[in-house]
Amino acid sequence: MAKGHVIEPETESNDGRRPPRAVVGSHRIEEEMFGRAFDNNIIRRIWAFVRPYRAMVIISVAALMIFTGTQLLIPLIIRYAIDHAMTSAGADRSALLAAAEAFGLTILVNFGAAYTQETAVGKMAENVLFDIRRAMFGHLQKVSLSFMDKTEVGRLMSRLQGDVYAIHEFLETSIYSVADFALLFGIVFVMLYLDFRLGLLTLSVLPALVIIRIVWLPRARHAFMAAHETNSVVNGALAEAIHGVRTIQSMHRQQVNFMLYDDKAHANLRAHLIAARCAQVMVPIVDGLTGLAMAVMIAVGGSMVMNGRIDVGVLVAYLFYIQRFFDPIRSLTLQYSVMQRAMASGKRLTDVLDVKIEVQDKPGARVLSPEMGGSVEFRNVTFGYEPNRPVLKNVSFRVDPGETVALVGPTGSGKSSAMALVRRLYDVQQGQVLVGGHDVRDLTQESLGGQIAMVLQEPFLFTGTVFDNIRYHKTDATRDKVIEAAKALCAHDFIMSLANGYEAELGERGGNLSLGQRQLISFARALVADAKILVLDEATANIDSYTEILIQKALRKLLEDRTGLVIAHRLATIRGADRIIVLQNGQVIETGNHDQLMAMDGFYSKLYNLNYASFDDIPEEKLHTIALAGSRT
Amino acid sequence: MSNAIGTATNALNSSTHAEATRRGRGLNTLLRITRMNLRHPRQVAFAFCSTIGAVILQLLIPQLLGRAVDQTQLAIGDGVTGTTAEQALWTPALLLLGVSALRGLFTMAQNYFAEAVGHHVAYELRLACYDKIQRLSFSYHDRVHSGDLIMLGILDLDGVRTYFSNALVRVLLLSMLIGIGAYTMISTDPVLGLVALSFVPFVAWRSSVTQLRLRATWLDLQERLSVLSRVMEENLAGIRVVRAFSAQAYEMLKFDRASKNALDRAHDQVDVSVPNTSATTLSFFFAMGLVLWIGCNKLIAGDITVGTLATFLTFMTILQMPVRQIGLMVNAFARASTCGSRLFALLDQDIAIRDAPGARPLEISEGILRFDNVSFAYPGTENRAILKNISFEARRGETIAIVGPPGSGKSTMAHLIPRFYDVSGGAITIDGHDIRGITLATLRKMVAVAQQDAFLFTTTIENNIAYGDPWAREQRIERASESAQLHNYILSLPSGYETVVGERGASLSGGQRQRLTIARTMMLRPSIVVFDDSTAAIDGATEQRIRAAIRRFAKDRVTIIIAHRLSLLTHADQILFVDNGEIVERGTHQELLAKRGRYKGLHDLQLRPGDDNAIANGGVT
Repeated sequence: MAKGHVIEPETESNDGRRPPRAVVGSHRIEEEMFGRAFDNNIIRRIWAFVRPYRAMVIISVAALMIFTGTQLLIPLIIRYAIDHAMTSAGADRSALLAAAEAFGLTILVNFGAAYTQETAVGKMAENVLFDIRRAMFGHLQKVSLSFMDKTEVGRLMSRLQGDVYAIHEFLETSIYSVADFALLFGIVFVMLYLDFRLGLLTLSVLPALVIIRIVWLPRARHAFMAAHETNSVVNGALAEAIHGVRTIQSMHRQQVNFMLYDDKAHANLRAHLIAARCAQVMVPIVDGLTGLAMAVMIAVGGSMVMNGRIDVGVLVAYLFYIQRFFDPIRSLTLQYSVMQRAMASGKRLTDVLDVKIEVQDKPGARVLSPEMGGSVEFRNVTFGYEPNRPVLKNVSFRVDPGETVALVGPTGSGKSSAMALVRRLYDVQQGQVLVGGHDVRDLTQESLGGQIAMVLQEPFLFTGTVFDNIRYHKTDATRDKVIEAAKALCAHDFIMSLANGYEAELGERGGNLSLGQRQLISFARALVADAKILVLDEATANIDSYTEILIQKALRKLLEDRTGLVIAHRLATIRGADRIIVLQNGQVIETGNHDQLMAMDGFYSKLYNLNYASFDDIPEEKLHTIALAGSRT
Repeated sequence: MSNAIGTATNALNSSTHAEATRRGRGLNTLLRITRMNLRHPRQVAFAFCSTIGAVILQLLIPQLLGRAVDQTQLAIGDGVTGTTAEQALWTPALLLLGVSALRGLFTMAQNYFAEAVGHHVAYELRLACYDKIQRLSFSYHDRVHSGDLIMLGILDLDGVRTYFSNALVRVLLLSMLIGIGAYTMISTDPVLGLVALSFVPFVAWRSSVTQLRLRATWLDLQERLSVLSRVMEENLAGIRVVRAFSAQAYEMLKFDRASKNALDRAHDQVDVSVPNTSATTLSFFFAMGLVLWIGCNKLIAGDITVGTLATFLTFMTILQMPVRQIGLMVNAFARASTCGSRLFALLDQDIAIRDAPGARPLEISEGILRFDNVSFAYPGTENRAILKNISFEARRGETIAIVGPPGSGKSTMAHLIPRFYDVSGGAITIDGHDIRGITLATLRKMVAVAQQDAFLFTTTIENNIAYGDPWAREQRIERASESAQLHNYILSLPSGYETVVGERGASLSGGQRQRLTIARTMMLRPSIVVFDDSTAAIDGATEQRIRAAIRRFAKDRVTIIIAHRLSLLTHADQILFVDNGEIVERGTHQELLAKRGRYKGLHDLQLRPGDDNAIANGGVT
């Protein structure tokens, strides 16, 4: 590799055959890459983001007009100077001086205008890009979790990173398009003004150009699309290799993958070469037409000069304009595909921005104060992620302040949904969830979140130090508080054994810690939050016995003086609860403490008597038979 | 509050690309990219030749125009008007048409081949990056954020790709245009020619200064953007935590901080590049004004003809576009050197683990795996030993079990056998050969590790199971999935083995993923197999059935099982109890129980998992 690039992987020689069961990266064409070139609706949405900077837009358009004006003026001054130099034959230099002064002034204005306009456009486009991204990111913080549940992070990231740049590009180029149009019209106007017939004659090549473009466009579009698409194919495959590198190396798939990737990269190369051919084919056509226009000008305009019908200065100016005339046409061609891309991206951006925010504060929502107490109550709650498929059916129960209640039930019984409702991550369909005696919909989400600490099954940690992760919920927590919490949960020792103790940097997702250690940190995070109510989803994965004990101890500590709502899997946790609520198919089927439930001889006691250390260990078949027996009685 | 964000963002900032900055001296990077371009000599030659052709033809245009204009003047001067003179105009007119069309063809070829070179280089770089990423050892990937690597493959690659067309070809184009133009003009009229070219030194100086400043800004901007993207990605992936803790406000602050940081740099970039572009244009127009002034004076004095002046001015018009593009060219240079140094930092990264010179393929004879006084510490934290003096031996058909508290180094031991990491002291041997003297390819073929967390590739379940053996027949795949107790579940899916899983497919539970990993491992035919805590999320009953399958699989292999559920280990020929990187107890299940030591303690703990006393007493040392 030191020599620059090595294409052959350093693995055994390959015979070039592709294995039947191997693919690299997956690709589904699910979004259109190019939209209509112009979509009113989307332009309006983009404009909403540009609006705050309209002063900058106005300035830059004005500057651009001035700039275009000076561009048009320069040949005219040249013509003026030449004509005077020709006619005055010696003595009269004042005209020439005037021309020079005008020229100097014009180029200064040109400079000022160009500078103002480019700075204004550049900064405005960046600002809008960042604003759109911020709006989207902010919106994603508020939209319902059900939307987030079904949308991949990668997809959202490509909105936040890729699509916003398409808009950026569009904004930059569309301002220039305005200038190009202005220049085009300016040139046409000046040409017609200088000599009407000569002007018309020059413009007569335009229809040919239009026809050629109409023929060319669909083909080119197809080629551009293919190139764009193969890009996302190769990038997807690369991302997969990066994420799965450990598996790839341990399964020894480098060589096969490299071959398959090569196929995709090669297809990408081919598609780009075809697209380049399509794009470039217009160049000789436009140039040929420019040549044609100039030839006509020489032949016709030249004889007009000879006949004395026009000045030679006019001819020179004309020749200038013709060369400039095709520049805007050329760049407008390019801008067309930029616009199409921007419209497609704009569509995808507005789709995200338009996702409805379902859970939001009522006007005049109350603040949940710690004094209101930590009771939790479900009153006839019915809830589902889709309207006709309820996950919870008419569920009612009450948890008193300081009480610990274990929710128990097979997978899909609605335990996690019930927990999410307490924190109002979703809204109920019917009934009410009350916290501290108030319907959660009447409380501000901020204050509700302040009184509820949640521990999720998957202990998600952020990049940053252990310290910052523990005080994630309470960012103003002092160091002492953080250490105190870690000590209480027996996490202090292992944290201190890390390279920098509390200042140790966690890797991506806390990858440098074991699952149990991550769990303990997420407990500490909840303890520092110092909330009245603790909602906890016990991890299903078996953790080693040591951590298990630490976690059980931590759990007790965590539940001291708090209202606890625990989705319990382990018998140890379940038996430690004050009360057990057994859920099945979204309904509460049994409640009571362990002894009461055992005495009932129902679903719970049957599960318990199977003697598994954790309810998750119970094989599906067995659960099924018990459930069937239960429903028969 | 803001302080916390500060540290969080700084933490995000710290990692990879400081290296890139240190490494990439801009000029070296550009030379290296240039060399890569030159490896496509045919296309580079075509691109350059057509550029030269296009430039020459383009320079002919002002000549032809000038001559045509002069022709009209001559005709007027001589008083020869009428059809003959008018017909005489057709010659330059047709010439002009021909030259323009031909120039178009050359420009087309120039653009096409220039782009083609870029795309070929991009293709090679893509492959090189992919290959490198696949081969870089675990320690590299532990260190570098995956999002950064992905951006490297997208943005930075593009910056290098456009170097040839936007920077190199443009340099040729401009210097040709200016050079030939200079020659013609100076030979026509030295004074006027020098005046016309007076903007060149200024532009050259401005541009090189700007290029350096832009490069610095760019590197910084890229880094700030990757911090921003990490903030966003983590937020979205951890959105449940964010919501659960009502941390939206905090997250917005974190975002705003990172976003503002990046935006500031983006503005700086505008502030650096715009003055350059406009100053370039101004100096050009200034030269044009001088030409006009002096030219007109000469014209009045009768030193030159109108045609000559027209030639000069047309020439300057031709230059106008390219001169405006000097700004773009400067950007292209700056971008390529930024992106190139980041890419080359990846490509030049030493692969910590690779074949030693003279490495030999592994041929298993007796199949004896030995750890000989092995010690290990992760690169970067060499003073913190993870393993100390580990020695043991395992023969074909034997099962070694490793138990111990978390962080004791169990998984590390597993990762050393296929050389995911290299030992820091001592040696691991297979049949007496140090594994560092064996080719990686054969070693990894003979050693299989079933990983703790299963990575699913976005493809069918079938392809995922056959990941290590993509040539496998259907029956073998089914047998492996039966052994891993996954077959029935797969059949219950609507599309069975054809069900697509992974990021864009159906999701599997933790236990199902682990079963898939086991099936995947059983598809291989290794001589040494390691199950690294690979049944942690699988329920007890299923685990029992898998255990039976693992035993059958283990018959003629060395098997190492790492687990915390002792029920899985009782049959092992030797159990190693590891704590703090050392083997503290070893023996069979019975022997260790009789010892009444740490293993016995753990065993008792697991017998009564819900026992309050066990919890109260802690049992943790």
